[in-house]
Amino acid sequence: MADYKPTLGKTFLAGLWEENPVFRLVLGMCPTLAVTAAVKPAFTMGMSVLFVLICSNIVVSLMRNLLKPHLRILMFTLTIATFVTICDLYLKAFQSEMSEALGPYIPLIIVNCIIICRAEACASKYGVLISIVDAVSMGLGFTLALCIIAVIREVLATGIIAWGSYTIPVMWKSFVPLTAMSMPIGAFITLGLMLGLINLITKKQS
Amino acid sequence: MADYITTLLLAFTSIVIINNLVFTKFLGTCPYLGVSGRIDMAFGMGMAVTFVITLAGTLTWLVDHYILQNPALAQYGLGVTNYICYILIIAGAVQLVEMYLRKFFPSLYESFGIFLPLITTNCAILGLCIFLNLWGTEDLIKAIVLSFGAGIGFTMAICIMAGIRENLALADVPKALRGAPITLITAGLLTLAFMGFAGMIK
Repeated sequence: MADYKPTLGKTFLAGLWEENPVFRLVLGMCPTLAVTAAVKPAFTMGMSVLFVLICSNIVVSLMRNLLKPHLRILMFTLTIATFVTICDLYLKAFQSEMSEALGPYIPLIIVNCIIICRAEACASKYGVLISIVDAVSMGLGFTLALCIIAVIREVLATGIIAWGSYTIPVMWKSFVPLTAMSMPIGAFITLGLMLGLINLITKKQS
Repeated sequence: MADYITTLLLAFTSIVIINNLVFTKFLGTCPYLGVSGRIDMAFGMGMAVTFVITLAGTLTWLVDHYILQNPALAQYGLGVTNYICYILIIAGAVQLVEMYLRKFFPSLYESFGIFLPLITTNCAILGLCIFLNLWGTEDLIKAIVLSFGAGIGFTMAICIMAGIRENLALADVPKALRGAPITLITAGLLTLAFMGFAGMIK
């Protein structure tokens, strides 16, 4: 796409709906399925991905003219691994409770397809400014998608939304919690039905 | 000795069936949903992953145990670089497999196409390396058995899925659910079946 000139506004909106990484591109499935049993870990995960995505996009965009084609993926993963280590150490130091809840899924951000995909599709082609906007929009789109799924699953599984020491009751008193929603099956089925719903909406629009 | 072999067998069964990386830890979901269209393709992918995961798991255990956690080198604080080391080892192992296949099995290499380099970013492999570290696996043989078992478990999961999807192609699925959504729902029902094994081995 040589004649395609991305503008800041268009890039920003793309990540939220048009190219939402979870709902439209179906990328980064592992964290989407694994950490969405409750809202707080899902939000922490989204913010971690946002941080890593912004940093890696900036670095990749700055070194885009130096990259050799066959070493490209390796350079991307090494850049990402560096920032993921920073993020992991930060969470261990200041958010130990969240770090324990997320466990191995924080280091697994390294192999999250979204970040490598954005490095490849955007940051290695365009300048720093576009890359930052793209990273912010993709990161926010990812966080938004995780939070939507997490809210559905947590409400159905426990009837409340817990955030640290605060709890917000959502369901009525006689609500029977669906424990299965907090298990792997709940993750797969919620995401499957969400994708079906999104397909339905986009088909209606077009 | 008999006790030791029992431990190894239990570890193997546990990682293949009970703690299957795909069904309980959601690792390797991308190829699981993407490649599992045909059984032969799925089996090939599974074999490639098994080979890489065994190699990478063993190598990362060795590096982790003898270099990164070596008390004699503790003053340099090498522990923080573990993720970077893991991903380098995995990328190297994938490169090795790619070169080997291109030289000796060109037809298989052709049919893998883009998927082979993508094994580098397969979460199951990095996930296993991190789990070996987290579980505190103490000896080399057990690390090898666990890595190999993880690969076999992945192959089993992706082959079951491919078998179901070959039949699903003939089914009358609602239009909005075709493709990824119905695959995810099928995967959900599969995990339910595998939940029956939970708690069999402590």
